[in-house]
Amino acid sequence: MPVKNATAVIGLAIAAAFGASLACAGPAGAEEVVVKIENFTFNPPEVTVKAGTTIKWENDDDIPHSVVEEATKFRSKPLDTGESFEMSFKDAGTVTYFCGLHPHMKGKITVTP
Amino acid sequence: MAHDDDHNGVSRRHALECMIWAGTGVLWTVSGGIPQSAGLLGSAQAADASAKGFTFLQISDSHIGFSKPANPHADDTLKEAIDHVKALKNKPSFMLHTGDITHLSKPEEFDLADKLIGSAGVDVRYVPGEHDVVDEGTGKAYMERYGKKVQAKGAGWYSFDQNGVHFIGLNNVTNLKAGGLGNLGHDQLEWLEDDVKGLADSTPVVVFAHIPLWTVYPQWGWGTEDSAVALGYLKRFGSVTVLNGHIHQLMQKVEGNVTFHTARSTAFPQPAPGTAPSPGPMLVPAEKLRSVLGIRQVEFKQSGSPLAVTDTALADA
Repeated sequence: MPVKNATAVIGLAIAAAFGASLACAGPAGAEEVVVKIENFTFNPPEVTVKAGTTIKWENDDDIPHSVVEEATKFRSKPLDTGESFEMSFKDAGTVTYFCGLHPHMKGKITVTP
Repeated sequence: MAHDDDHNGVSRRHALECMIWAGTGVLWTVSGGIPQSAGLLGSAQAADASAKGFTFLQISDSHIGFSKPANPHADDTLKEAIDHVKALKNKPSFMLHTGDITHLSKPEEFDLADKLIGSAGVDVRYVPGEHDVVDEGTGKAYMERYGKKVQAKGAGWYSFDQNGVHFIGLNNVTNLKAGGLGNLGHDQLEWLEDDVKGLADSTPVVVFAHIPLWTVYPQWGWGTEDSAVALGYLKRFGSVTVLNGHIHQLMQKVEGNVTFHTARSTAFPQPAPGTAPSPGPMLVPAEKLRSVLGIRQVEFKQSGSPLAVTDTALADA
């Protein structure tokens, strides 16, 4: 899947650039949390997950959206209808993100140890 | 729909008397360096006005690549719009495209858009929409294709003059900030201030950009964060016309010497602000699509006369 490949590449790039604070696909059996993109919102807009969790964003809208970290530490490709983007969060902390096409759409991930 | 334009503080020599929304295109006529009257597309009135000056068109939001239920054939409706342009007896000097040329910034989408729009045989000046800058280079593909041609600065802003009218193309779709609206940014605003510095107050100015430069509906992101700064630089001009796209519906507003207009899409409609849970492609029955993409005529009459806006369905055109 091109989406998964892109994710892996971004994950590795991020890991290299930010001291491996973010990793690509988590280990087998690790938890996955889905955030739906629907009606121009991230649903749920705020999630709290354990370190190591993979977040999967799925676009259910008839318009592309993207997932961009507030300081652009990571950025998904544009996700057309039905496409998804995954990223694992290894370290505890807070990640805020928005849609690069519709920046009024915001979301937040709280990663607990 | 019509409403009164009570503003009469400025000579109507500096005001657009009349413009046409022809379905997906707007026909403007500018005579003697001053935006003046136009008639219906292809009408004798328009032909007459053109003889004195020039006309131009605006199309917007062609979203080539879009194939969802709201319009499975966005390429066909763009082609129909271009067919209207081709059928014009009164050849426009150029056409403005106010962004979202493509749906996903894919090379094949740009290629198809260029082929369809290019068939009109009219010079086209573009500004990008947010859908045109989602390539890996975040707008590099757009700049290569459209920016270079007009020697655009930064992420794609530029200006040009036509028969005494100063046209300014702005980009308010790149480097958007979390939680924000459209954004022009410091560099572009600096450029704009400098760009208009040497112009006489009497110079008619036309500004075109994708996202509306006035706050239409911030809850849906329909506005531009720092547009007030840009408009501040244009305050001294007697006639400023702002042309935008993005919201896929016709809207207008008059504020002082500035007249704002949003254009229809050639691809699909969007709901009126606040009338749906969110913006986005609005599904209408297939047989109604072309009536939603229909024709609008906006007529600016002489000072003191009401501003007339007349809608005509594209299906009836």
